[in-house]
Amino acid sequence: MGMVTTTKGQMDEAQLEKREGLIDNDDEHTKWVEYWHEGELVHRSAHVTLKKMPSIDGAIASF
Amino acid sequence: MANTQAMCTSFKVELLTGTHAFGTAPTRATTAADSFKAALYLATATINASTTAYTATGEVTGTNYTAGGISTGAFNAPTSTSTTAFTQPTTSLTFGSSGSPVTLSTAFDCVLIYNSTQSNKAVSVHTFSSQTITAGVFTLTLPTNDSTNALIRLA
Repeated sequence: MGMVTTTKGQMDEAQLEKREGLIDNDDEHTKWVEYWHEGELVHRSAHVTLKKMPSIDGAIASF
Repeated sequence: MANTQAMCTSFKVELLTGTHAFGTAPTRATTAADSFKAALYLATATINASTTAYTATGEVTGTNYTAGGISTGAFNAPTSTSTTAFTQPTTSLTFGSSGSPVTLSTAFDCVLIYNSTQSNKAVSVHTFSSQTITAGVFTLTLPTNDSTNALIRLA
């Protein structure tokens, strides 16, 4: 087990309850991790991977 | 051979490098690329296609987050594949670190990319699922830098 940065300073991961989640759709792939200590959220990080973005379409007119 | 009506692909790439100016253009001190920044916005903010420049209104606040956000670092040199020009920053956008964690307690769901060299003019708005950060790190990893996925594409 490693150390985790929390609102209470560095804490041993073994002391904490770990919760993880995942969101995956057409726009993003997101992972988040939370650490709880005695019922209190003490750490939350998120990693969002953006997927395809809308493009700007150029247009020209005929004479 | 035959002629084909088209927007020239080279022109699309050159738009990304500021080569053409159909109106009055800003005076540039150098030929170097501009600097760009990324700012996060609350889920309750109104940042969209009508946004013309960075604004502190609706921006997230919290521990170790500086108003205006972070530098995006360099962009990939604009290029094209087929008829689409594209570019995006070369690296992920990371807010906070293990040694300097951020706390953003109010839900946010948007990042504004803007040009800090040119009066903070807006470039693009990207949304994602609503997030909060507690003594942690928020990372935005970019899509593949190609003609179908890059953050900025002129098709």
